[in-house]
Formats: sequence, C-alpha cells, structure tokens
Amino acid sequence: MDIRHRMAKRAAAYFAAGDIVNLGIGVPSLCNNYAPPGVMFHTENGLIGVGPLAEGLQRVESFSNANGMRFVPMPGASVFDSAESFAIVRSGRLAATVLGGLQVSEKGDLANWARPGKMVGMGGAMDLVNGARKVIVTMELTAKGAPKILKACTYPLTGAACVDHIVTEQCVIDVTPEGLVLREVLDGVTPEEIQRQVEPTLVVADDLAIMAA
Amino acid sequence: MSSKLRTKDEIVALFADGQTIVVGGFANHGVPDALIDCVLDSGARHLTLLSNDTGDADLTIGRLVHAGRVDKVVASHIGMNTETVALVASGKIEVTLVPQGSLAERMRCGGAGLGGVLTKTGLGTVAEKGKTIVEVDGERWLLEPALRGDVGLVRARSADPIGNLTYRGTCRNFNPLVARAAAVTVVEADMLVELDEIEGDSVVTPGVYVDMILAK
Repeated sequence: MDIRHRMAKRAAAYFAAGDIVNLGIGVPSLCNNYAPPGVMFHTENGLIGVGPLAEGLQRVESFSNANGMRFVPMPGASVFDSAESFAIVRSGRLAATVLGGLQVSEKGDLANWARPGKMVGMGGAMDLVNGARKVIVTMELTAKGAPKILKACTYPLTGAACVDHIVTEQCVIDVTPEGLVLREVLDGVTPEEIQRQVEPTLVVADDLAIMAA
Repeated sequence: MSSKLRTKDEIVALFADGQTIVVGGFANHGVPDALIDCVLDSGARHLTLLSNDTGDADLTIGRLVHAGRVDKVVASHIGMNTETVALVASGKIEVTLVPQGSLAERMRCGGAGLGGVLTKTGLGTVAEKGKTIVEVDGERWLLEPALRGDVGLVRARSADPIGNLTYRGTCRNFNPLVARAAAVTVVEADMLVELDEIEGDSVVTPGVYVDMILAK
C-alpha cells in the first residue's frame, strides 16, 4: 500500500460506527475509503452524509464538498447552512477531524494553514481543531529530512494544544499530558530512528506496536 | 400582496462605489452568478466583498476581482483564486481572513440584531489579533463582532413572489446568512414559483428578509 493510503487507513482506524467525521483535503480525504460502516462524513459547506465522488450524470452543483468535488449524498444525508455547520463543529458533535499538518508541537499545537508570508486563509480548520472531539493529523514525519514535530511551532498556529494523534508514514504518536508518546512504528523501524527525526523527546509506549504496512 | 420581482435594470441601479457587497456561495457553487453580472454592469468600483471565498480566477465571485471592482475582501479563504492572491501580495487588495465558522456566525449576528458572538475558535492564533478577549465564569472567549453589508446577493433554488426561499443541497451554504446580513437583499432563484407553491414548513429563508428577486 502506498504511504498516502497507509496513513489514511491508519487514521480511519480511529473511527467507529455512528461517528460523524470531517476530513480535510489531501491524505485525509482518502480516509473515507477505509472507514467502518456506519460512519458519516460532514462537509463544512453544509451537509452530513457525503458519499462517493459523483460520476457522469450524477455530478450536480448542489452536492459539492468543501474542496469543490461533486459527490453523491448518502441515504440519511442532512443539509444545513454554514452557521449551523459550524455550530455542529464547535459544539463537539463531530467525533473526529482528520487534517494535514505542516508542524505539530510537543504540546499538540498545530500549524497547517499558512507559512510565513503566505497566508491564503484558514477556511474552517481553526473551528474544526477547536470543536472536534478527536483531532487526527496525517503528515509525513519530516519535510525532506527537516523535523515537522517540534518543541514549538514556528509557522502560524491553527490551534493551540488541540492535536490528539499524529499518523505518519513511519509511526503513530499520541499527544498526552506526559508528552509525545510513540505508539506504533513501521516494521523494521526502531524508536531511535523515529527519535532522530523529531525535535522533542518521545516517550516510547510500553506496548509499542507494529504499524500495519 | 406586492411582488418583489424586479428587472435586471432595477437591480443594476442598486449598486454604487464603495459599497460592501455580501455574496453567498462556496468554492464556486451556490453563487448568484446573474447578480454578479448586475454588479459588473453597474460599473460600481472600490467595493468591499464579504463572502466565504473569492471563487476561482475570473469565475463566479472571482469575476468581480478580475474586473478590478474590489478593494477589500473579508473571507475565510482566498487560495483558490490566483488573481486575488496576486493582488493581495502586491497591495492592490486588502484582505481580512476570518475562520469560516466565525465568519458565518458573524454574518448571522449581523442579520439578527446582535452585536457579536463569543467563540473559542482562533484563541492563541493570529485570528485573535486586535480582538477583545471576554472572560465568562473564568473561561476565555474571543469576541467576534457582527458583520453586515449594503447589498446581499443570494442564490436560491426556488423563490415565490414575496421572497420565500428554498435551497438545494450544499448550494445553501452561506446564502441564508447573506439573506439576513445586508440592508438590501437581492435574490436570484433557479426557479420562480407561484405564491403558496412553497409550503410554509419548507421555507428556509422567510420572504420578510428579501427585498428584490431578479425576474427571468
């Protein structure tokens, strides 16, 4: 499995039947391929029950996701305006959100919407990281070798102390009050190798597991 | 009961230089494109655009940017529109970025006679810059003031003659909020229907908020 799908599949393992989940663009959007039955997807432009991407005559303007892709609504889909959409987000009705990341700090601060000097908008990300009950970040462990998991983020924050799980192509790391806990590593990768690629000191879980390849 | 249907010329006459135009739509869908034509035809310039995004370059809402009509943008995201990004970078357009949920809620307040709303969104980020922090029962909240404009442009699925509106799917998005957050609300509907064709229970935006409907 290629690394994008591997990360998406691992992130989707956090979902359970009955969950309402919001997926960001990129790798997070692939999570719907691996979600267990009974999970429904929320799109911030006003719908719960996003189904598969639409093809041919099924492609209509009225069912477009936040990325502008046209989809087929699932049976049981509900529609609402943008204020209600974010009332759902902020009030904790979303079980999880999966987002990409540029940087995550050891306290779970997330930077994912802007690089210095290039700010084109946070969209709904700041609301999602504050409101969703579980914030899952999928990202590569490093940016061409430079750590993305840092003691403190240097890019503009999306939210402070908001991340719960970081899923990378090599490992899974949880943000806990005791610090960053290494939960899973890819077969053949050692905790020391992961440690060398992140800035803060990791706590290695007693029950460190092997991440599905 | 008097009909709110108006000709294109009557709607074009609403727009003037320096106005704040509130526009429904999200990433090029659910956008009132025929009403954007009216703004373009009016020749109005130096506009402030209040909308979720500015569409794509020279598409939907982006046509106002392309035609050089916009001085200021208040939006949650401008990244899809390469022209807006370039004009902001060169200082020709001033942009204020607002978290999407706060943008929606600020418009809701603007249309509901409220001064603003308290939210956690944006605390500890650049979104709190210049904003008031309010403490309620020991908890910190960001005060997001109401937003409204001079003319609101709404895209509906159906409209009856007195402006009762329905929407379809995700084309609803910001449109019901825009319908309430402007001094004058103008509607473009896919379908113009007779009075009583929209059952009261199905009305999403009550006609009381609507001033004019673009006639076909």
